[in-house]
Amino acid sequence: MSAETFRIGFLPLVDAALPILAHELGFAAREGINIELVRDMTWATVRDRLLYGHTDAAHMIAPLAIATALGRDRPAVPMAVPFVLGLNGNAVTFSTQLAQDVGLGETLGDPTVIGAALQRVAAERKIAGKPLRFGVVHRYSSHNYMLRYWLAGVGIRPDTHVDIVVTSPPFAADALAAGEVDGICVGEPWNSIAVERGVGHIALATAQIWRRGVEKVLAMREAVVEERRDAVEALLRALHAAAAHFVEPGTADESARILERPEYLDAPRDAVLRAITDHIRLVPGGEPIHYPDFMFQHREAANFPWRSQAAWLYSQMLRWDHIPYSAADAATAAAVFRPDIYRGALAGSGAPLPGASSKLEGGIDTPLGAGSVQGRLLLGSDRFFDGRAFDPDDIQGYLSDLP
Amino acid sequence: MRIAIIDTSTTRAAIISDGLREAGLDDLVLIDPAGPLVAQIEAATPEVVLINLENPSRDLLEDFFAMSRALARPIAMFVDQSDTEATFAAIDAGVSAYVVDGLSQQRIKPILDLAVRRFHAFSSLQRELDDAKNALAERAVIDRAKAILMKRRRIDEPEAYALLRGQAMSTNRRIAEIAEAIVTSDALLGDIE
Repeated sequence: MSAETFRIGFLPLVDAALPILAHELGFAAREGINIELVRDMTWATVRDRLLYGHTDAAHMIAPLAIATALGRDRPAVPMAVPFVLGLNGNAVTFSTQLAQDVGLGETLGDPTVIGAALQRVAAERKIAGKPLRFGVVHRYSSHNYMLRYWLAGVGIRPDTHVDIVVTSPPFAADALAAGEVDGICVGEPWNSIAVERGVGHIALATAQIWRRGVEKVLAMREAVVEERRDAVEALLRALHAAAAHFVEPGTADESARILERPEYLDAPRDAVLRAITDHIRLVPGGEPIHYPDFMFQHREAANFPWRSQAAWLYSQMLRWDHIPYSAADAATAAAVFRPDIYRGALAGSGAPLPGASSKLEGGIDTPLGAGSVQGRLLLGSDRFFDGRAFDPDDIQGYLSDLP
Repeated sequence: MRIAIIDTSTTRAAIISDGLREAGLDDLVLIDPAGPLVAQIEAATPEVVLINLENPSRDLLEDFFAMSRALARPIAMFVDQSDTEATFAAIDAGVSAYVVDGLSQQRIKPILDLAVRRFHAFSSLQRELDDAKNALAERAVIDRAKAILMKRRRIDEPEAYALLRGQAMSTNRRIAEIAEAIVTSDALLGDIE
């Protein structure tokens, strides 16, 4: 019997690591499956290939999977996210001019303090008739929602005080260099590339905005998951093993050597290696600083698709698309995340399996033991920078409290 | 019905617009890939936008369609779910399309079908061109290998060719491969007698 093949679409980003490593390091083969990787340059193309069967699964920005299931801007297609490929790993990078105007230091500053300085500059620029403009990688991206969450939280109203436009990751540094945008929120290595080209200065890691923000997911069409359930579970075990390997000390070099290759990221190995080891160079020529949990790929059951994460993304979709709350949509959005499949795949493996499928997001300050049906689960701080917490059962109450 | 064509290949854009024009659809706007994309679309006010699937500007474009207040009605991603076959064909060919919401299926399908045929025609042209280029390059290598053999073995051209062909047949390789090996080894070892 020949092994089942999964064609997996991806964009050249460090957090595409797990499917790439599962393929390259034999974790897929060990589970009796093949992975073929399909590289694209836009999320629209990754999504279209997935919807029309060019690929079986995709490395995808989480909100796009939810927007697709809800039929935002196009006919709805039922989607399933059985695995989270990582938390955070993005940064906000200012143009060197904006960094100077805001007075960014040589270390990562406090989001509230930087926000206050940014608010002053944003107001000046608005009065001068040249409002600040930020680039995010997609309308339905965690980058967009994290950036907006921070801006609104420090009194800068997106779309009113500042403009937010779309810039694909590989072109984000160019947009900064050309002065088309004053800042970008993008994944690695593209912030580092902007810094190395001398056109940007990293202001914040998105982990400073939400310490455990959901980032890329493995997205599939629900119909494909149902048809190929056993093979999908094998794929999840391969990805889970790749994630465990990825965070093991001493493996970063090998991972970076694989990821840098032209068929994957086609990016400088140094920048890739720094991101994997939670190091970021904030200013051109500066010493990279260590920011723990910059990228979060495995510990604390990070790969587990919490329905409450999907619900938070849905709440931000309502907030910024200005659409009314619908209980049916909220249920559809939360049900895109499939903890049931994750549990099915990893039952009996020893991996920690949370007992609940949903939790209060942003409610943990100091590491806390959590109920698990298997293994021991300890969850670290998952705070939002403004100290708010999100209760997935009260989306409307949460939204009415937000600035 | 105004149709805008956005393509990173200007040749393919020309092939598509020729096809549409032949079919009587002559309200066409070719978007200059080097110019400002959004401003050009805004000025064109198209009802249908054809774009190559792998165009790097698609995320930007979709954001513009979602946000745009300049266009009278929002533009939705084609195709209607009822005609998945046409959509599959389009994605396979590498075409993506956006249409003004509310345009009827009957009016759009012929455009998409035509675009798909033209995309395929472009691909096969490209292949023929590549094949022709390869054939030319191969012929040049074979000529050089023959010249090397003629000089070093003091034989004439038909004999040199027979030698190449014989070696190719007995080793089950292509003549061009044998010729390339000879040219390479001559470059490295040619001065050793």
